[in-house]
Amino acid sequence: MSASISIKNVSKSFGKKVVLNNISLSVEPGQIYGLIGPSGSGKTTLVKLIVGMDRPSEGLVHVLDTPVPNLNLLQEIGYMAQADALYTDLTAEENLAFFASLFKLSKKVQKERIAYAADLVNLTDHLKKRVQDYSGGMKRRLSLAVALIQDPQVLVLDEPTVGIDPELRQSIWAEIQRLKMTGKTILVTTHVMDEAEKCDRLAMVRDGEIITSGSPQELKEHYGITSLEEVFLKAGGEKK
Amino acid sequence: MRILALLKRIIHQMVRDKRALAMMMVAPLLILTLLHYLLSSNTVDPRLGVTGVDETLVSQLKDKDIIVKQYDAQANLKQVIKDDDLDGFLQFDGDHINLTLINEQPSAAKALQMQVTQAIAAENAKEQAAKITTFIQTIQSKLQGAPIKLDQTKAPAISTKFIYGNEDTTFFDQLSPILVGFFVFFFVFLISGIALLRERTTGTLDRLLATPIQRRDIVFGYLSGYGLFAIIQTLIVVFYAVKVLDIMLVGSLWNVIIINLCLALVALSLGILLSAFANSEFQMMQFIPIAIIPQVFFAGIFPVEGMPEWMQVIAKCMPMYYGGDALVSVMYKGLGLSDIGIDLLVLLGFALVFIVLNVIALKKYRKI
Repeated sequence: MSASISIKNVSKSFGKKVVLNNISLSVEPGQIYGLIGPSGSGKTTLVKLIVGMDRPSEGLVHVLDTPVPNLNLLQEIGYMAQADALYTDLTAEENLAFFASLFKLSKKVQKERIAYAADLVNLTDHLKKRVQDYSGGMKRRLSLAVALIQDPQVLVLDEPTVGIDPELRQSIWAEIQRLKMTGKTILVTTHVMDEAEKCDRLAMVRDGEIITSGSPQELKEHYGITSLEEVFLKAGGEKK
Repeated sequence: MRILALLKRIIHQMVRDKRALAMMMVAPLLILTLLHYLLSSNTVDPRLGVTGVDETLVSQLKDKDIIVKQYDAQANLKQVIKDDDLDGFLQFDGDHINLTLINEQPSAAKALQMQVTQAIAAENAKEQAAKITTFIQTIQSKLQGAPIKLDQTKAPAISTKFIYGNEDTTFFDQLSPILVGFFVFFFVFLISGIALLRERTTGTLDRLLATPIQRRDIVFGYLSGYGLFAIIQTLIVVFYAVKVLDIMLVGSLWNVIIINLCLALVALSLGILLSAFANSEFQMMQFIPIAIIPQVFFAGIFPVEGMPEWMQVIAKCMPMYYGGDALVSVMYKGLGLSDIGIDLLVLLGFALVFIVLNVIALKKYRKI
């Protein structure tokens, strides 16, 4: 089977501003792929191109061997946006049920998926609560549950742990690992280096370009250093 | 059915948001009630001070519901009018007549001026007639032939008929159909516009578009969700206006509801569309003076025919122009569906254009 996500020579510019410049990467099935880079480096733009919210100015994006953008493909992509995009005046259950009903799922499967997703993120006891009464961490977890609701093959998580306390970060990563075990392909963006360690493969993004990529181990060996943070700085320095 | 999913969600949200619901359902009733009492309240009888005016003229003035106060000759009229809270002062000085008006409210002053002039003219005519009679009698007494017969001329009675309304119709009767339509338009615009705006600013629209939902499904979902509340609001406003405030309704109630539903559809699609060009609730409010208030001017409160050419062109671009015309036609003139068909078609045309533009505008968020 070929790559779950394949990006070939993709560039994106808004007006004159080049946000992504000639990016190529491919994510194999069952991998956790980390996109690491500072804010404003173009991670979110790349994510939006993968989900199909936007078209690349140049280059090709394929997800599961299907050219993006494609509406039916969205059935197989679970997307967790950077901001918690939830209806705060509804309960968690209503949020999940609403998103579930947007996918092609039978009523029975919808119920099962809601129960499964809520259980996975430990929110089963809080399903009847309104989201406006949720803590920041609970909202983040609910967002993750929403991304999982249709049982997608590919998960695209845009900074899933931003603004979250360390304990919760651990638990979200534990969930991501568990999802990997079930055979999902996961693309995660982050700007926290210690999270990068948990990825199978990494791409370091800066100013719209991939400055280096490989497994965390490979990267460290290549640059002869032990911390990824230093790899990032070194790779960035070489580029300049 | 994704439209149904959206509909269900909007109902959930609306029912939770008691305030928005109250604003949509109760606020129009409140304003309509206030206006109803304001515009149909009785006018106060004008108070007129007089000096040197003979008794017959005074009684004529009194017949015209003017409160007449007799004065001796006054030096400082301004002071007297102010002190005694008069609306005007009528002064006979030999052949010279002086009428001083306070003119606090120009329309009331004009009415008083007209009544006084009429009374004086009538009085003069009477005097003239009396003089002619005496004159003829004098001639007759001198001529000893066949008496000249003099027919007393009588003022012919004018019987007035009204094609629309009757002698008791007030400004409010003509205004209220327009107001009913406008409130439906305004509140539906506001609520639907802000609802979709909130969806944009909280990022849920982005999230929504990361599902396989079609862009047109979102637009139709919104139309059906808020359309449902618009229908309820329309029914409440129309029934309240007709049954409780007893606003004149000559035509069919069903036609009124149909017109208002068309207006609501236009407002709904316009609100959703304009919210695409606003980044915050405050910016949405900024559309009110541009997109909503002018609608009132061209809805028929001021006669459009009398406007300059270029303003008439603007008028014809306003949905409320057609809505107002249709509502006045049905509620005040009692015309039927065939007479308002074109108005309704134009309104539906507006809605269709806005809906298509909405589907296109969502491309900003997702390219397919």
